[in-house]
Amino acid sequence: MLELDHISKTFNPGTVNEKRALHELTLRVKNGDFISIIGANGAGKSTLFNAIAGSFFTDSGRITLGGTDITLQPEHVRAKVIGRLFQDPMRGTAPGMTIEENLALAAGRGGWLGRITKADRALFRDKLAPLGMGLEDRMQHPVGLLSGGQRQALSLMMATINTPKLLLLDEHTAALDPATAEKVLNLTKQIVKDDKLTCLMITHNMQSALELGNRTLMMDQGRIIFDVEGEARAKLTVPDLLVLFREAAGRNLDNDRMMLS
Amino acid sequence: MLSILQTALELGLIGSLTVLALFLSYTMLGVCDLSTDGCFTLGAAVGAVVAISGHPWLSLPAAMCAGVLSGFVTALLQTKLGIDSLLAGIIVNTGLYSINIAVMGGASLLNMNKTDTVFSMLKKLLAGTTVSNLYKLFVGLIAAALVVCFLSVFLRTRLGLAIHATGDNPDMVRSSSINPAFTTIVGLCISGSLTALSGCLLAQSQKSVNIDIGSGMVTIALASLLIGRAFAPMGGIPVRAIGAVVGAVVFRLVYAVALRLNMPAFMLKLVSSVIVVIAIAGPYLKARYPELHRRLTHARQKGGEGHA
Repeated sequence: MLELDHISKTFNPGTVNEKRALHELTLRVKNGDFISIIGANGAGKSTLFNAIAGSFFTDSGRITLGGTDITLQPEHVRAKVIGRLFQDPMRGTAPGMTIEENLALAAGRGGWLGRITKADRALFRDKLAPLGMGLEDRMQHPVGLLSGGQRQALSLMMATINTPKLLLLDEHTAALDPATAEKVLNLTKQIVKDDKLTCLMITHNMQSALELGNRTLMMDQGRIIFDVEGEARAKLTVPDLLVLFREAAGRNLDNDRMMLS
Repeated sequence: MLSILQTALELGLIGSLTVLALFLSYTMLGVCDLSTDGCFTLGAAVGAVVAISGHPWLSLPAAMCAGVLSGFVTALLQTKLGIDSLLAGIIVNTGLYSINIAVMGGASLLNMNKTDTVFSMLKKLLAGTTVSNLYKLFVGLIAAALVVCFLSVFLRTRLGLAIHATGDNPDMVRSSSINPAFTTIVGLCISGSLTALSGCLLAQSQKSVNIDIGSGMVTIALASLLIGRAFAPMGGIPVRAIGAVVGAVVFRLVYAVALRLNMPAFMLKLVSSVIVVIAIAGPYLKARYPELHRRLTHARQKGGEGHA
């Protein structure tokens, strides 16, 4: 499915600010995997997503997705098969445009000169109704008027409206209040299950990292230091993870944002 | 007085094409295209040269093609060559000065007194009818109506939506598998063609082109656009586009009235500058008012305590 073969990325090479963000990282993601990723700040989690999504090209290594070499594909080309959500609910939507127009752009139906059809509107309604946020009746409203949770739910719809081969979730519920976060997370689980999506999710909640999905990765200093799935993962607890981190990284996991429970 | 109003209306409608061009590039695409002045003159020069060579109708598409080219170069500089969008506009504007003189055959003034233009053709057509002296108004009205219709339809297409979104959130455009560089190029090409058409029509209505015909046009158009926004702050694209046209006409009407009240003609550009400053700084200062209010009242409270 997704294969990262020894990818590396160094920012500001040759300067005092040189930062090795990804270090010979290799990862094989199987079809239908739902992988949670944890790690301290600066471990390279978001950089890994940027590399996969094509926000920059890696310095070395190879990235293939579904058998296609995408190492040097521009970001907007990869976006056809990769859906992505950010922590900031503002990043996924255009605030000055209506809900309908946002969805239409994400869906990308019809040619360049195609317009939003009745069939499109019916589809958008069907997609929005299950959110239970009443967005299906506000299709002509500008997205800028929506709350953060509503915008993030809409972003999720937009990212998955054309079933992507891969869904990247970068702490997409971290900026929401707890109740909304749970709602968006449940929605995510539902969509991933229904569409049998392959999904990578960064989280700072270690408990949900172990509960969600079928596989957990721990990152540190641009490397994957721990990769667990199946029975071994089912037995893991949060304290175990902390011990594992100490063993693998040679130091304690100190991160104020990391939630242990 | 009536003829002054009519002239203002004509100028407003012809100039509204430039305002609509900025509506596309500035309001939708989020790019302040400073090549507007040069592009306007380019359209005027190309249109005049083609008309003088005996093709009054061909002059319109010719001017628009020249505008597309100008917009394309501006867009290329900012999307592919890493030049800041404001700087790209200034560079193209400067370069166009030489090109415009070259187009005009080395002269800085072309006369079309004896040339068949779109206006003179229509004038001949209407000769003898009751509306014979309204021919300039008709040309402006038809042009503005066509462009408003075009923009209303175009901005509802997927390409139009993508151009709008590029000004709103380029990240979102990219994640919709669309290259924002592409939408910027298309948007600036279209706005360039409209600006050039505006210049072409103005030159033909005045029967002459001066190398300075477009100078200050970006500020005048921006002032008109912001006046129009006051008339139609919300609503769909058609409403806002019509608002832009109304803004252009109102600007010219106010200016005509001011001239009538003995304001010297050379004040036009200062007035347009002041309008742009007020229109942009006004909302900004209004948003900052609570902070200013807090500062003032805070100082007063502190002073009060000191005296107590």
